[in-house]
Amino acid sequence: MLLSANHWISGLAETLAVNDLHSVLLLVAAWMVLGFAGFLRPHSIRFVARFLFPAGAVLCLGVALLAGLFLASGHAPQLVVLPLGLPDLPFHIRLDVLSAFFLLLLGVAGAGISTFAAGYFRSGEGTAPALLGLEYHFFLASMAMVILADDAYLFMVAWETMALSSYFLVTSHHRIPEIRRAGFLYMIMAHVGAVCILLCFGVLQGGSWQFTFDAMRGAHFTPFWATTAFLLALLGFGAKAGLVPMHVWLPEAHPAAPSPVSAMMSGLMLKTAIYGMLRISFDLLSVRFWQWGVLLLALGLFSALFGAIFAAVQTDMKRLLAYSSIENVGLIFTGIGLSILFETSNMHLFAALAMTAALVHSLNHALFKSLLFLTTGSVLHATKQRSLGKLGGLIRRMPWVASLALIGTLSIAGLPPLNGFVSEWLLLQSFLFTPQLPHAFLNMLIPLGAAALALTVALSAYVMVKFYGVIFLGQPREPSLVNAHDANWLERLGLIWLAAGCVLIGALPQLAIMAAAPVTGKLVGDTVRSSSTFWSIAPIAQEQASYSGLILLAGILSVVAITFVCVRVVAHGRIRRTAAWDCGYPWQTSRMQDTAEGFGQPIRHMFGTFFRMERSLPSASDTAPRYRVYIEDRLWRAIYLPIARGVQKLADGIGFLQGGRLSIYLLYSFLTLLGLLVFVL
Amino acid sequence: MHTSQLIAEVLRVLAAGLLLISFAMLSGRRTQQLITLFAWQGVMLFLSTCLVAYSSGLTEMYYSAALTLLLKVIALPWILNRLIKRLGAQWDSEQLVNVPTTMLAGLVLVIFAFGLAQPISSMATTITRHTLGIALAVILLAFLMMITRRKAVTQVIGFLAMENGLFLAATSATYGMPMVIELGIALDLLVGVFILGIFFFQIREQFDSLDLHNLESLKED
Amino acid sequence: MRAVSFIRQFVEVALAIAIAPLFTGWIAQCRAWLQNRSAPPLLLPYRMLRKLFFKDVALAADASALFRATPYVLFGTMVLAAAIIPSLVTDLPLARVADSIALVGLFATARVFLSLAAMDIGTAFGTLGARREMMVGFLAEPALLMVLFNAFLLYGSTSLPSLVDGYRTHPSVIDPSVIFAAVAFVMVALAENARIPIDNPSTHLELTMIHEAMLLEYSARHLALVEWASSLKLFNYACIGFALFLPWGIATQGADGAGALLVAIAALIGKLVIAGAALALIESLSAKLRIFRAPEYLAMAFLLAVLGLLVHFLLGA
Repeated sequence: MLLSANHWISGLAETLAVNDLHSVLLLVAAWMVLGFAGFLRPHSIRFVARFLFPAGAVLCLGVALLAGLFLASGHAPQLVVLPLGLPDLPFHIRLDVLSAFFLLLLGVAGAGISTFAAGYFRSGEGTAPALLGLEYHFFLASMAMVILADDAYLFMVAWETMALSSYFLVTSHHRIPEIRRAGFLYMIMAHVGAVCILLCFGVLQGGSWQFTFDAMRGAHFTPFWATTAFLLALLGFGAKAGLVPMHVWLPEAHPAAPSPVSAMMSGLMLKTAIYGMLRISFDLLSVRFWQWGVLLLALGLFSALFGAIFAAVQTDMKRLLAYSSIENVGLIFTGIGLSILFETSNMHLFAALAMTAALVHSLNHALFKSLLFLTTGSVLHATKQRSLGKLGGLIRRMPWVASLALIGTLSIAGLPPLNGFVSEWLLLQSFLFTPQLPHAFLNMLIPLGAAALALTVALSAYVMVKFYGVIFLGQPREPSLVNAHDANWLERLGLIWLAAGCVLIGALPQLAIMAAAPVTGKLVGDTVRSSSTFWSIAPIAQEQASYSGLILLAGILSVVAITFVCVRVVAHGRIRRTAAWDCGYPWQTSRMQDTAEGFGQPIRHMFGTFFRMERSLPSASDTAPRYRVYIEDRLWRAIYLPIARGVQKLADGIGFLQGGRLSIYLLYSFLTLLGLLVFVL
Repeated sequence: MHTSQLIAEVLRVLAAGLLLISFAMLSGRRTQQLITLFAWQGVMLFLSTCLVAYSSGLTEMYYSAALTLLLKVIALPWILNRLIKRLGAQWDSEQLVNVPTTMLAGLVLVIFAFGLAQPISSMATTITRHTLGIALAVILLAFLMMITRRKAVTQVIGFLAMENGLFLAATSATYGMPMVIELGIALDLLVGVFILGIFFFQIREQFDSLDLHNLESLKED
Repeated sequence: MRAVSFIRQFVEVALAIAIAPLFTGWIAQCRAWLQNRSAPPLLLPYRMLRKLFFKDVALAADASALFRATPYVLFGTMVLAAAIIPSLVTDLPLARVADSIALVGLFATARVFLSLAAMDIGTAFGTLGARREMMVGFLAEPALLMVLFNAFLLYGSTSLPSLVDGYRTHPSVIDPSVIFAAVAFVMVALAENARIPIDNPSTHLELTMIHEAMLLEYSARHLALVEWASSLKLFNYACIGFALFLPWGIATQGADGAGALLVAIAALIGKLVIAGAALALIESLSAKLRIFRAPEYLAMAFLLAVLGLLVHFLLGA
């Protein structure tokens, strides 16, 4: 039944004879126009928020629809050359299945985020509304152009525009020093990454000085240069994606930005880095080596574990989600690494399975992470609190936000029947085939990676129970929380859109797998066996493993309904409201329930070696006892501070050149002139 | 032949049991417990040697098995038990690194040993050639146990467990060592334990404790 | 999808729901005998459930809808799991809905819902129980996954009906990897079902509770549903263990007719009796561990499962 729907859609696309790429470019241009349109009424928040942002959301839907149609119909790439750019290197733009998948992701998640942002931005907060609209829509447009770029110049222009516009968005509340500091760190890491990507393109042109991707596809490299290009790409895109150890900017920048911007960064921008990695490793480089796969696998698993462990000990809700993003990016890179490993060992079916897992997880993460960041935005607006120690009990005051956040939490924890489970299941399934790899020690070591993956997944469930439980459940930890109000209708619409996406992909994972199939076909040369039934997915074979999200969801709901009815009929439905039992303790205050630190204590105890902790404990005779724990990233001290100090020293050393006196500077010019005269004549 | 297949399966189970006991020794807490585990290792070795002797028909393996029984199941555990009772060290024995990390390290060592042993196993011709990897793993695990312990007595037990692994390696790859070498090793073990016992009393007299990090104070600053 | 397989599916689910409290009652009886006490009656859990269903619910004033819905969700997930696990027959229509990894995920859903409900009222004990339960859960999952990996390597599938069929065609009686995997599975089952040595199901000291602490605020029909769901969870774990390691008696593909079904029911009851007695024996011989020894216990289970994997590699398939 689903296959016939597929035929129907592709038929529709062909009859419409839509040239997808031209339409997509029109929509991207429309975003830029929307950005500038804000200047018609620069200080009117109503115009910008209630009119321009929803228009942007509709454009996102258009992009998603076009990308989906392209994926469903013929898969021949479409090319456009725009007469912009350098004299001998105009902008080359290309729409192929890989770009279409990521455009679909961008459009679907972007629609929800824009709708939410329409209701979120209120007057009197930081930047002028017109500037905000400009930066936001340019951010969207530049991400789309990164995905569509077919030559190195356009790619770098779009990449830098993305970095700049997101920098300005992150520092929207620029009057607060921490936010400025976070923006600064973000800018540095973004530029380090950009330099690495630039160098990578430099290697990839292979001596022909042609910077179009087509030329790079045709070039041949020795293993040394191919590996150099790969490592540079890993450094550059890994820095943007937040792979350990280049992750230090993520936990600072994501919390500093306003919530829709955090959602865009976590949900969409990290995926453009994944796109870049895939484009370079599988498309531009014609050969791969199994060592690359092992490297990606190891880095990915370590990032995932690292992110989960740090998320468990956070006390700021947005920092927690930022570390969780690091964890999920690690999982995606694990999938890509496995895919490279299988592909270089000629096991294309399993490579397709691992690649499908990585792609579907990217899509899922875009949906549920955006959903969660947006709900924290609502909570922040309603309570003005970001710290987990001052929230609690919001499920009673904000029922809409709480129920939609519950869907997001269950999805990110990887629980059936929602979408997070599907990608984790696919990833675990691909690990099951690693013992068949031909490499001697690897086929025994990598199955242990499956255990690390299971540990990470279970740990993320732990972290999300902490997140949801401390914010929405229990007693309010601050008296001002009783004034919290629920989200307005625009915000609810955005949240519902994203939550519906989570439930849909969870119940019908075939949709996501079908969307990813052409991509895996192009990149690794095989696709998973898309199931022939509507009800379940069986990526390798029915006898080996199968999963049906729809029947699970329907089954749970129907059993719950039947049980409810039976219990009501056989027994009764009487309820008596009383005080909580609490084991008979007479007083119950909000201080008696677990704090965020308390909930993370087992993790802190078990994984203490990962952190650098400073604790101050009260003494026995303290009349006002205070307990304080400060947790820091070890990698920050070990890697980044020495580099920063080195750079500082270098700068100080060179600083002596700045004499301050005009005659010294004139002397420099004079010496240069003398030197030129000597060497030229 | 049905019996030989059965014997092969039982041998596999015994080898796996030996590996399990090595891990248990790696994570065991009390010295008394470690000695009991060592005795059980000896029992498994004894049974496995007997089975190999039965299936291959070599009578000197029976002598080998008897020697194992006498020495490793009866004599050495008895001596060690008396030693720790006199030293008063039956109870807790601290570890340098916590238990889950040691187990993970042990696991990696096992993978390493298995990977190494596979090409060698394919060349041997005995019925137990697959257990060479396990023997290597037992040796490495015993060494790891010696490294991660603080009390002196447990290091001796680790050393003895290493010898168990060597014995298993010998029986599995080449149907045992020449008798002379076996008797020599047995005598070495016995004498070694006596001498080490004397040393322990000296250490305890000098430092009032059997904790080995006291020996660090001997280094020059 | 023949009508007879739907009938068998229904029989299996109904049997699971009906027998699960009896299984718990049997374990309690065995424990009492081993501890030289006089045993409670075998049908006591049913009488308890009946009593609880007819009481009035005493609900905390600030309990949310999540708290009230959780007992139904728990019961629903456990019943669905019972429908998926092939305890009597392998030819079930619902058997292909989830493989064993998805079953583990389903149990995780139940655990997360219970933890969230425990945090809902905001008492100290509820949050304590939630934290500990999630901790035991996240340590047990890798071990359980490695056991399933073992099964996959031996029989080439993670789908339980295929595993049962596969076991039948080449039964390896004393394969060390199977033994290790079985011991690891038993250890994980004890941890996940809140049995000694991780948790004492009959304790009344709140500071030592893990599972019970999450139920403190529930009363009447909610408590009845949660208790029933817990005994169903134990029953499900026992059935998964039987399907993986002791599948004799399960009616496989092609074994039609009421005779095969009756044999399967008899085999299941026999296996449950022995398993219950063995569980009671393990509980009486072990002491409850300190909560921070639980990671070591679960690390040992994980280790056994991985050893089984490695020994399988070395000693030849």
